[in-house]
Amino acid sequence: MPAFVNDLRGWLTRSPSRFLSGSPEREGAGKEKETNMSNLGPLLELKNIRKDFFGNQVLQDINLTLNEGEVLGLVGENGAGKSTLMKILFGMNEIHDTGGYGGDVLLNGSKVNFSSPFDALAAGIGMVHQEFSLIPGFTATENILLNREPMRKSFLSEIFGSRLNTLDRKDMKRRADDAIEKMGVHIEGEMTINEMPVGHKQFTEIARELSKEQLKLLILDEPTAVLAEQEAEALLDSIRGMSARGIAVIFITHRLQEILDVCDKVVVMRDGVLVKDVPASETSVSEITGWMVGRSVGSSATLHREPPETRTILSMRRLWVDMPGELVRDVNLDVREGEILGIGGLAGQGKLGIPNGVMGLYPAGGSVEFDGKSIPLNQPRACLDAQLAFVSEDRRGVGLLLGESMEWNIAFPAMQIRGSFLKSWLGGAIKWRDDKAIEEVTRKYIEDLQIRCTGGRQNVKELSGGNQQKVCLAKAFALEPKFLFVSEPTRGIDVGAKALVLQELTKFNRESGVTIVMISSELEELRQICDRIAIVSGGRIAGILPATSPSEEFGALMVSSVV
Amino acid sequence: MNTKKSSASKRALNFLSNSAVPLMFIIIIAICIPISGFSPTFLLNEVMTRLSRNAFLILSLLIPIMAGMGLNFGMTLGAMAAEIALIFVTDWQIWGIPGIVLAMILSIPLSVVLGILCGKILNAAQGREMITSYIISFFMNGVYQLIVLYMMGSLIPILHGSIELPRGYGVRSSVDLTNIRKTLDNLLAINVAGVRIPVATLLIIALMCLIIVWFRRTKLGQDMRAVGQDMEVARDAGINVERTRLISIVISTVLAGIGMVIYLQNMGDMATYSSHSQIGMFCIAALLVGGASVDRASIGNVFLGVILFHTLFILAPSAGAKITGNEVVGEYFRVFVSYGVITVALVMYETRKRRAKARAAQQLKLEQQEGEQ
Repeated sequence: MPAFVNDLRGWLTRSPSRFLSGSPEREGAGKEKETNMSNLGPLLELKNIRKDFFGNQVLQDINLTLNEGEVLGLVGENGAGKSTLMKILFGMNEIHDTGGYGGDVLLNGSKVNFSSPFDALAAGIGMVHQEFSLIPGFTATENILLNREPMRKSFLSEIFGSRLNTLDRKDMKRRADDAIEKMGVHIEGEMTINEMPVGHKQFTEIARELSKEQLKLLILDEPTAVLAEQEAEALLDSIRGMSARGIAVIFITHRLQEILDVCDKVVVMRDGVLVKDVPASETSVSEITGWMVGRSVGSSATLHREPPETRTILSMRRLWVDMPGELVRDVNLDVREGEILGIGGLAGQGKLGIPNGVMGLYPAGGSVEFDGKSIPLNQPRACLDAQLAFVSEDRRGVGLLLGESMEWNIAFPAMQIRGSFLKSWLGGAIKWRDDKAIEEVTRKYIEDLQIRCTGGRQNVKELSGGNQQKVCLAKAFALEPKFLFVSEPTRGIDVGAKALVLQELTKFNRESGVTIVMISSELEELRQICDRIAIVSGGRIAGILPATSPSEEFGALMVSSVV
Repeated sequence: MNTKKSSASKRALNFLSNSAVPLMFIIIIAICIPISGFSPTFLLNEVMTRLSRNAFLILSLLIPIMAGMGLNFGMTLGAMAAEIALIFVTDWQIWGIPGIVLAMILSIPLSVVLGILCGKILNAAQGREMITSYIISFFMNGVYQLIVLYMMGSLIPILHGSIELPRGYGVRSSVDLTNIRKTLDNLLAINVAGVRIPVATLLIIALMCLIIVWFRRTKLGQDMRAVGQDMEVARDAGINVERTRLISIVISTVLAGIGMVIYLQNMGDMATYSSHSQIGMFCIAALLVGGASVDRASIGNVFLGVILFHTLFILAPSAGAKITGNEVVGEYFRVFVSYGVITVALVMYETRKRRAKARAAQQLKLEQQEGEQ
């Protein structure tokens, strides 16, 4: 073959090593390694793992072992160090960029130090992240085998390299179907991702990891957060199936019951330390919760009172909202002044659509009246001007300016909507930001809400989930609203932060007399602080009950007209 | 009953709005044909000539669109490479088919170099490929002029005075390709009912179509589709996004270079300093007229586009002259329509994205209304 042909071929296929590591050749290498090292020791061993971010110790002497086929439930408050530990295990760049880590990671008894996620993948570690990593216009099959497609040689690939091989569609289908079968939850291989319900997207990701033959350890980072109950159930079954096939699973979730249902052992982390490592059969939800927060949490500090019999302050009539995955149809709902109204229901039934529709974030129709005046829909500004405020469930997307400081996040809407924190000059012709007032109010909220941070100037994207949520609340409080929608205020945050958020909401309601509508998937927390709870099912209000009603009644409403 | 009717009419409306540009062209053409007074044979002959002249060039646009780089003016660079190749071939007096083949081969390394340069810049300007490539083509036009106007004859030897400017360096504003003219088109050409069909050229175009179909099924093609839809996800899966995009641009410029040789052999005369200047725009306009959009284009769009776009241009001068009494109107019309079509297509691409969102909301509203009745 002439030399230039080789050059050409090299040029077409040459790529940094991390590219190659995802290619079939390297997968083969990984498999070889596995057979070579079939000793009887544990699959994974972490020894004295330490990590600090610029002097700030986030992990201290973590030791843990994991055997083949074992399911490990990893729990801990946000900021406890779970994600950092998984990032170390998965060789994420973030770890190298901040000075690496201390201690050893042993896989099959030999020390490894992955320089990139692709190395970890090649060694048999798979990870399903919270955010989806799927190509929207590809089918499930194409996504499952993304960049690992089986290929057929073509004559041109002799000259230009393997990227000019044609895809072997038949073999792709076979391998994808195998992976789906391994998973045990059926999804349609030929369906494109953007036509799928959110749960199936999650399953597509899991199938992608399972399709990797060298997979020995699968990390699932809060996989059930986006799943409806039945789907979550199916996922737990699927985890049991993987374990039976010898795949070890690290399962991270805030739903502790799931851990007890499916895991062999539970590892609890708190403030960067591994505080407990026990078999799941020997513990209980309340015990785990105790370890997580380091103090025993009162089962439910109920704050019940007689529901106030006041006038209606907000009424929705024939409201429809087109929020993908959370459609609302024909909702009529009255909210009384000064109450805390809960809206609950199963995932995907439309409870999130109600606040998002009223506040103008998704296309909506019908009529909404607040304080005797009609509120125009599809105009977020009009709602805000009427002194309605909204703490969105989409913290990172809608809730925060991630790249800005806490001060700015807290003060910006109030400045924009209410004209607070501004100094006027020349009779209002020139408005100047009042940095001192902003600093002060931020300090106040950091104290009140116990936000863990280095100061008001810290970027919110550096905060943990729970602390970001507190900033969202502070932002809404600073608007001094008459009416507050709070959507999933405790989703993905730890037990301690949860209690504080609920307490602060109650305080805000009692002390400032603000009407609050809280939307949550967790019935228990609604029952803790709400006066009345409306249950949404099939996009409609299935019923409204006092919070003191027995939970079976709520359960019956939830499934009454599920779509 | 009512709902069925409304959904059918909605689908029809949808189809109309999605293919508004091709339909508009068909209507204008239908009006212009009788006005122009051209015979069907003449028209068919002309359309066949334009088809064989332009189709290959337009095909070169498909691959960057697949890789999510939108409508790309990178092809202009390939056209310049082809022109430089043709200047050399003419200067060396290699005529006929060998000349054409040599010009194509010579254009390839030039196209590759320009393509890599363009691709690197476009990787730095992700999401703004169209305007960036447009500006690059202006910049490269300057470099091209520097080479052709000042270096050729002074630094780069020119053997024959016939293409040189009288001052002793630089190439004349027009290079005569008479000895290459239509040699490819006349190869294996046949006559069917008075319409001359350039079989060899069409075979090359057909082969290119097959290669594109095959290419879509290769690993590289699949990677390009993935990159085109979501760069981040593709990167996480280990696909080298930058390289994939770069390759798509290089393929495009190389194909454009070959396409430009085919184009110029048909013209038989090369306007040294302006042949390439509007070729990108006309090709993009033709593709859009064929019903393509910024993120989707098929081989079908290419052929429908060439036929509609160029039929209109054949008709326009004569129809324009008949209506206004002025032949120049035709050329004005050509440029006007090209820019117009590109603008309309870009606006429609954005509105369609928005409309897709609004449609779901309408559906929900309707359902609720139906529930009442």
